[in-house]
Amino acid sequence: MITLDLMTAILSLTGLGLILGLGLGLAARVFAVAEEGQVSALLALLPGTNCGQCGFAGCLGAAEALASGRAGPRLCPAGGATLVPLLAKHLGLELEDAGHDEGPRIAVIKESLCTGCCRCLKVCTTDGIVGAAKQIHVVLREACMGCGACAERCPTGAIQLEPMPVSLQHWIWPKPKPELALR
Amino acid sequence: MRLRKVFPSPRWGVHPPDRKRPAADLPLRVLPLPERLFVPLQQHIGTPARPIVRAGQRVLKGQLLAEPQGTLSAAIHAPSSGQVLTIGEVTAPHPSALPIPAIVIACDGEERWIESDAPSDPFDLTPEEINRRIAAAGIVGLGGATFPAALKLGLGYRAGIHTLLINGSECEPYLSCDDRLMRDKPEAILDGVRLMLQATGARQALIGIESNKPEAIAAMEQAAQPYPELRVRILPARYPMGSERHLFAKLTGTELPADCRTTDLGVLVHNVATAYAVHQALRLGHPLVERILTLNGGAIANPGNVRVPIGTLVETLLEMDELNETPARLIMGGPMMGQSLPHARVPVVKGTSGLLALTAAETAFGTPRPCIRCASCARACPMNLLPMEMAARIGADDLDGAVELGLKDCLACGCCAYVCPAHLPLVQSFNHAKGALAARERARLRTESARRLAAARAERLEREARERAEAAARRKTERALRATKDPTPTITDPSAPERQAEVV
Repeated sequence: MITLDLMTAILSLTGLGLILGLGLGLAARVFAVAEEGQVSALLALLPGTNCGQCGFAGCLGAAEALASGRAGPRLCPAGGATLVPLLAKHLGLELEDAGHDEGPRIAVIKESLCTGCCRCLKVCTTDGIVGAAKQIHVVLREACMGCGACAERCPTGAIQLEPMPVSLQHWIWPKPKPELALR
Repeated sequence: MRLRKVFPSPRWGVHPPDRKRPAADLPLRVLPLPERLFVPLQQHIGTPARPIVRAGQRVLKGQLLAEPQGTLSAAIHAPSSGQVLTIGEVTAPHPSALPIPAIVIACDGEERWIESDAPSDPFDLTPEEINRRIAAAGIVGLGGATFPAALKLGLGYRAGIHTLLINGSECEPYLSCDDRLMRDKPEAILDGVRLMLQATGARQALIGIESNKPEAIAAMEQAAQPYPELRVRILPARYPMGSERHLFAKLTGTELPADCRTTDLGVLVHNVATAYAVHQALRLGHPLVERILTLNGGAIANPGNVRVPIGTLVETLLEMDELNETPARLIMGGPMMGQSLPHARVPVVKGTSGLLALTAAETAFGTPRPCIRCASCARACPMNLLPMEMAARIGADDLDGAVELGLKDCLACGCCAYVCPAHLPLVQSFNHAKGALAARERARLRTESARRLAAARAERLEREARERAEAAARRKTERALRATKDPTPTITDPSAPERQAEVV
């Protein structure tokens, strides 16, 4: 009697296990997310300048790290706070707080310190610096992503990242204080 | 139901006490010319104008100071004769208190006009020529949006406009500059309207005036009598009647679809003051260098309408017109949608319809309390939105949620904040969200352009490497050829010694 009961339990659980296992296996096949597609979709969101500020080998490396879960949505300094929710949404992550940065930053060359060595020109990922040997270089404001690669390369420390100047067209009304805001 | 048919009243908006009188009933004053005028280069929507004068140069009244840059821009003219002192910066008449570029003119007090080329009969001109002259006069929409007028008329002409709506509603409380203009210069306004009809090819113009301006209605109706194509319509006094969509709905009887502009339905809206400026430009050849504005508010001793040159400092205006007390707040424009000024050292611009110096009692805004979900704001909203829901989403940084609820349709008219019994800063939160959305869009465009630039750089590096490799290969073959064929190089070849050395 006891053996029969035991056998029923063993058989039914084994059967259940097999069926569920088969189901899971099938689901993994049918609903498989193509890793390639995931990476290329993430790559499309990233700035694509391959500045390397995130610590991975270019934007492709960063996208692979994001897809495999080795990095979080806050990895890209050049993309700033605006990129974080986009990446989080794509990865299906819940963000408690998008995080506030000081807004976009751009590189500014201090003329008094620039020696015209041309090193920054070569590392700029968007060709956003204009200059020639022994001539003072200048950053094109529209082309700068604020990745900071040039600032690291500069031997005289003449390049600094500064917040993008606010103009009348870019000014934003401050958000009402939380105690005033609707809850 | 029947009552509503007998007394059709809009079910949107608010009706604040208008406080337009006594300022509206007093005759127009012309204030003495200030010593200096600070003329900003950006008084319109779009790109700032590019200065074409130098510091120290003498200019005549109406002379071009700065020319438009690009399509969406407007010309700036000298508001008085004198000398250009400097081209520098002045605080913008805007709550941000950011500096904007401006031309400073030291007036010589002679008010000498530049020679004008006004046509003998502007009705002989083609629509293109009228538009060109309106653009050259630097006319922008004077209802407040300051959109370049010629561009709007040109778009209307190409879109095939049949009706022009002329906005004389002036629904903002305190303001009466359009009222004053309609009472004083109805013929000139209607002449400008007829020129606009000519410029757009429209067949008729409907002039909407709110019922709280009986004198203006009478003056305009009388002046419009000889012209069957111009009709004056009386509008109920309701804020925001002057909004393009609400004016359209009231005057044409149809509602404008959410994703439509009035031009899509063959209708163009312009302000009465813009029509007057068009008349001045085409009949007299005078560009837009001065405007009528309302001085009002509890702190102003002599409220009324004044004609001032553009570039006059608010401070100068307040000195000329005595103050009862130190104003608690200065507002440029109306109390509902005007800009709160950081201080009085800001210039009057083309779009300045009024200057309000309000007392502490007038600006009293209760302490904000939690929302009680009474939905007063939803009833008041002229766009039928849900302000309390949108504000809650914005409070939680959920911009997309607010957009889904129709944030982009919000006019920022202020009706919701006006009626809110909890005194919540609703409009500020909508303005913040609109700014944050625009910043997000700018960041997206920046990322996109960076990606394009990075791709262009990768292509450049690849091309350079390829060219280098090709050049190296070419040199190698040349060298090989030379070595086999002709071991002695010619004397004329400047690089000969090196090559010889290489061969050796």
